[in-house]
Amino acid sequence: RFQGDQLLPYTHVLLQNLLFSFSSGTQSVTVENFLRVLTGRLPPSTPRSKRLLSDDRSNILIYLTGHGGNGFLKFQDSEEISNVELADAFEQMWQKRRYNELLFIIDTCQGSFGNLFKYNLNIYFFTLFVFQHQPDLAIGVHLMDRYTFYLLEFLEDIHPASKANMNDLFKVCPKSQCVSTPGHRTDLFQRDPASVLITDFFGSVRKVEITTETVNLTDPIKFIHTITKLHPHPDPPLLLFLLHPPSSPLLPVSPQKPKQKDWHPPDGFILGLWTLILMVFFQTYGVKHLKHIF
Amino acid sequence: MTEMATTEVEHRRGQLAALSIAAVVIVVGVPLWWKTTETYRAWLPVSQIQELAKLELQLSADVEVVFARGTVPPEQQKKMPLTQTQEEDHAVDEDTALKYRYETRYRTATVMEEDALNKPTAAEADLALHMLSESPCGSLVIYVIPESSSQLPQDADVYIGQRRTALLRVVEQMRAAKTLEQLLHHLQPQIKQVLRVMSFSRADITAALSDRVRFHPGSKESVADSMRAFKSSPGYEITFSLLNPDPKSHRLYWDIEGAAQTYIQPLLTKMSPVANFSIDSQTLHYTMLGVNPRYDASRGAYTLNADSLAHVINPVEARLGSNAASSNPVLNFLLYVPDAHHSPLYIQDHHKQEVPSNAFHSPRWGGIMVYNVDGYYETEAEFPVDININMAKVMGVFLAQLRLLLGVQSSPPPTGFLVAPCGSTGLADWELDRLMWSRSVENIATATTTITSLAQLLDQIGNIVINDNIAEQVSSAVASLQLAVAELEAGNLGFALQFSKEAILASEKAFFDPSLLHLLYFPDDQKFAIYIPLFLPMCVPILLSLLKIASEARQKRREKQAKKD
Repeated sequence: RFQGDQLLPYTHVLLQNLLFSFSSGTQSVTVENFLRVLTGRLPPSTPRSKRLLSDDRSNILIYLTGHGGNGFLKFQDSEEISNVELADAFEQMWQKRRYNELLFIIDTCQGSFGNLFKYNLNIYFFTLFVFQHQPDLAIGVHLMDRYTFYLLEFLEDIHPASKANMNDLFKVCPKSQCVSTPGHRTDLFQRDPASVLITDFFGSVRKVEITTETVNLTDPIKFIHTITKLHPHPDPPLLLFLLHPPSSPLLPVSPQKPKQKDWHPPDGFILGLWTLILMVFFQTYGVKHLKHIF
Repeated sequence: MTEMATTEVEHRRGQLAALSIAAVVIVVGVPLWWKTTETYRAWLPVSQIQELAKLELQLSADVEVVFARGTVPPEQQKKMPLTQTQEEDHAVDEDTALKYRYETRYRTATVMEEDALNKPTAAEADLALHMLSESPCGSLVIYVIPESSSQLPQDADVYIGQRRTALLRVVEQMRAAKTLEQLLHHLQPQIKQVLRVMSFSRADITAALSDRVRFHPGSKESVADSMRAFKSSPGYEITFSLLNPDPKSHRLYWDIEGAAQTYIQPLLTKMSPVANFSIDSQTLHYTMLGVNPRYDASRGAYTLNADSLAHVINPVEARLGSNAASSNPVLNFLLYVPDAHHSPLYIQDHHKQEVPSNAFHSPRWGGIMVYNVDGYYETEAEFPVDININMAKVMGVFLAQLRLLLGVQSSPPPTGFLVAPCGSTGLADWELDRLMWSRSVENIATATTTITSLAQLLDQIGNIVINDNIAEQVSSAVASLQLAVAELEAGNLGFALQFSKEAILASEKAFFDPSLLHLLYFPDDQKFAIYIPLFLPMCVPILLSLLKIASEARQKRREKQAKKD
């Protein structure tokens, strides 16, 4: 199975210039880690690069791709996250003022989460029922979906000073080209979509102000007596390597109850057990007691 | 006969068996199942948390108004000293209400104070007054000086000093007042304005409550103001970076240790009640700005216009690095020395004018200054050239940016007010007080929101385990909050801030505890799917036999009833 490396040339434009991207190692993208990153409930030893250090003026873009179904999304094909869990996570983020606006793009089958949200959040949804694109001749399977392709085409044209807005994004994948039904939900959003720039979420535009005032400092510099001052030389560059060992996942904190990943008895075992018990009972005491029960 | 007896006995035995099994299941089984499947939830002080949901804060400030000679007619001076209390209500929304309480004491100046007030300039008077007495944290002294005094320029009526004093000049209308009450009445608006600038104002407090109250500010300026400063945090990291894109031409030396110690550390030491700070520095070579400057032939220099500044930060930030161990907010200050081919480089504002400081800052991030070194050497010099950076100039800019980003400086003062430049520490005492007021309120607001939303979350999701340490943190947060509110009411600003910081730390620790992840969501259909195969085969015989017993008993009763009649 290809782990997503094939998609790298297609998705680089989406990930470039993003301040924080979660999918650093394929092993660590689990439901638990995802929810932990969103809600901020990480162990204290987690380094800065693995935390979502957002505040109430940050705009967040969440792009989920893969397989999905009615009311859930699949993570790495072995776990799933339900819409209620996502809704709870977003609600907690909203309560703790961890974002200003959120754009949630769901690129999976049946990605509509219509019944989710009763809360007043600032969320934008852009979802899709997915259909597949042309296959890659070398490998023989479909590598990308039409939706992703057209979305990518649209986004590659966006440059940092672009004035395209959300309505343009929603027009990206019409039914004729996509053979799927893109949907979007904007009722949870406070602003009018036409006034929201794409670069609010996808660009790297920061707000800046010119510094107009300065402080007049007249005291001479104190002489700090350290050995290095004898030979003035530039400070050595601070090298901070944040190690991403590719195969070590975020260590999950052990919860109070043991996790359910242990051995499960095979299906029907319980039913078979009870049938056995009942049969033994009736064998011992005879079938005539059946009438006392039924 | 015996057959009937035996069937009767067996029937009896069957009934007894069914009843006893049902009894065991209900009396022993159900409680056992309930106990073993419940989650451990430590006790939380829910009632106290609900009380905190409705926040009623009272901010008290002590004000002393001192009248110098010549401001009050002598016969009125007998009425002083006089104490008045004023209260002002400010209802922010239905859950948050504030009360501002000013305890004002009016008195006449002492002889020593008169001497101090007679100094030639306002700054000297301020210094002399400070020598006489020091006002405690959170209080203010306003000296009312006669109209004839020449310490203030013509257009200014109020001088705000570097510590906690202000000089207020009597205007004509006030001179016409005959009695003390009339004079005080005329002075009130001015005094209120001074209080608003020097201690707390409605706008400041409303901005501090933004975590609790979602308000939509009216103007763009107020949005920018509220966005600029960092949110309250127990600690901050400050990083100074020197960016040298052209080490082949320039060999840069900067005495960052000495400069930080001399110019920045005094400010941080003074602000230690508010937060802890740590400073580090680095030098980055071969780091370009990421935006191409345009050559302006009329000025013979390269320019960066204001619009392109917005795209500078993200590419640079990736190379900056940070202290991986802490999650405190980081303030980045970058000093960029342009490469020899693009020197000199000037920043232009929106009106195409050059910016004197040659620097810009980004809200909640930090600041960047462009330092041109083309004046340090001639064009035919041998490269690389040694350059010593003038740290006083650089730190002057960074200090101003630091003040903005920490929320020390906010809106400009009203007209007629002359504010003394901040001293060598970079922070006036009353600015610190102001910051402490708004930080206390912000901390209390944030902590109450965190605690109430945590309590709501834990209440809503019955499956989350509440450990003892979380309950402890919540209890200590609630206790600290109650103490902080009480201290604010009493007017002890220092203690209030300390308790509010403790409350924030405890509440954040409780809210973000890693064990509170509720991956225990089970939809109802999954719950049934698990329990039915376990319990249904057992329950069906029991239930049916109980029903049979009940119907037999009813039948017997009916027969007995029929026999009686």
